[in-house]
Amino acid sequence: MAEVLVVVEASQAAGVKKVTLEILTLARTLGSPSAVVFGDAAALTDRLAEYGAEKVYAASGEDVEDYLVAPKATVVAELVRSVRPAAVLLASTQEGKEIAGRLAVKLDNGLLTDVVGVEADGTATQAVFAGSGIVKSRVTRGLPIVAIRPNSITPEPAPASPSVEQLTVSVPDTDKLTRVVERVAETKGARPELTEASIVVSGGRGVGNADNFKLVEELADLLGGAVGASRAAVDAGFYPHQFQVGQTGKTVSPQLYVALGISGAIQHRAGMQTSKTIVAVNKDAEAPIFELADFGVVGDLFKVVPQAAEEIRQRR
Amino acid sequence: MNIVVLVKQVPDSGGERALSESDFTVERGSASNVINEMDEYAIEEALKVKEAHGGEVTVLTMGPAGAAESIRKALSMGPDKAVHVTDDGLHGSCAVATSKVLAAALGTLNPDLVLCGAESTDGRVQVMPHMLAERLGIAALTGARKLTVDGGQLTVERQTDEGYEVVTAATPAVVSVWDTINEPRYPSFKGIMAAKKKPVQALSVADLGIPAGEVGLAGATSAVLEFAKRPPRSAGRKVVDEGDGGAQLVAFLATEKFV
Repeated sequence: MAEVLVVVEASQAAGVKKVTLEILTLARTLGSPSAVVFGDAAALTDRLAEYGAEKVYAASGEDVEDYLVAPKATVVAELVRSVRPAAVLLASTQEGKEIAGRLAVKLDNGLLTDVVGVEADGTATQAVFAGSGIVKSRVTRGLPIVAIRPNSITPEPAPASPSVEQLTVSVPDTDKLTRVVERVAETKGARPELTEASIVVSGGRGVGNADNFKLVEELADLLGGAVGASRAAVDAGFYPHQFQVGQTGKTVSPQLYVALGISGAIQHRAGMQTSKTIVAVNKDAEAPIFELADFGVVGDLFKVVPQAAEEIRQRR
Repeated sequence: MNIVVLVKQVPDSGGERALSESDFTVERGSASNVINEMDEYAIEEALKVKEAHGGEVTVLTMGPAGAAESIRKALSMGPDKAVHVTDDGLHGSCAVATSKVLAAALGTLNPDLVLCGAESTDGRVQVMPHMLAERLGIAALTGARKLTVDGGQLTVERQTDEGYEVVTAATPAVVSVWDTINEPRYPSFKGIMAAKKKPVQALSVADLGIPAGEVGLAGATSAVLEFAKRPPRSAGRKVVDEGDGGAQLVAFLATEKFV
């Protein structure tokens, strides 16, 4: 069975990201999954093995890790030339898409992003126009280079015993033009990452101020979810931009999306309308968010949310 | 500093958007077409760099004849001139071919700094800055929320999922920006009048020395096979809080097994 290269996303704090486990699960239906790790593979191999990686390629060293994406694309391109995989799968995240873009140019090859499923013949399903459209598409030149949207596939373990191959990397100077001089973590607490979370609790303008976002955070923590914010809330300075859900922020597709004090402008819906279940609390009965909510409460979120939080505590 | 800003005309993300039924390209006929929102932040940043360091700002657009309207709008904010790559043969170009065309056009302009939006609201593919950097052999600094120019040295604070990174590079470079970087100015009446007289150079695919078969639908590296609108969500239950709204909410979450 041909190898399928899976470009691994990992963070120091959380290890292998959930999206990579999802992609490994998909890769098993297309061929033999080979994980490509940048940085220290030792800490990640067990997890990759648990989800079916038959092989792990590792590229590390400052040439790969100290520069923005270009060296990573070179490593993957070299692997494509030597291994001749059936496909290259990446996460449809900023870094995954950027590697995919460079790879496509290097190989004069097509690419697909925001993919939510791939069939055995390479036909991909994509969410387009902020989830309001569904497209079937395929790469018509070269091998499929496909970026998979987080939360599109249910990850399922399938233990394997991968061999680890340390790659010798030779990175050209043109890949070393953009140096990363500092990496600063701004994530809050131990909450799951926004795009990967199966539950997202978001606050909007109705939350009123930055301090009141504690209420949103409290409900998120009780549900084990991530915290999001609407553009109005971010623009007003209630919550940082990296938590913004919507057209100019993150796109999320969790099992449960809780919208608190969010009117549901098209700009916000663009980032969350593919969520499986949506519930909303808003004092305005005419708020457009209720048009897509499976369950809506018309009321004051400062009364409804504390009561809901208390109710969840009591049910435990 | 010779600055080029990439500006894309897109269907308004606030309206109904679709792919055309005949060839699955973005439907432009029925939609109201506007400057890609994020590009306005790139234009603003270009003008700020010019104001601080001198130079010239050129708008570069690839798009159909109708994109001329967005070019004038962009020029009304303050850039000096524009280049419009327009050619019927470009219709249906994929990202890979688009990057080939834009890289060739940038080659004729020889910029120190290329600014663009972090993504377009129609495709949201986010690959163009790195594709251009790859083709031109120059640096790419993507997702900037802050740009500092010090002579030929660029420093960018770049937003990531975990927080931010500080990245540096020397010019020439491509920098893409998020909407957190600045607040775009509104065109003044004077700006709107002046924009009408600013030069807009039209370039065809042949002008750029690219064989016709390498662009457009014929040269595309991927193909759309089907397009369907997602069925609209239907509203579910809506209750008015009469003192037990929170409890009812949790009862619903319990039936869905979230609590």
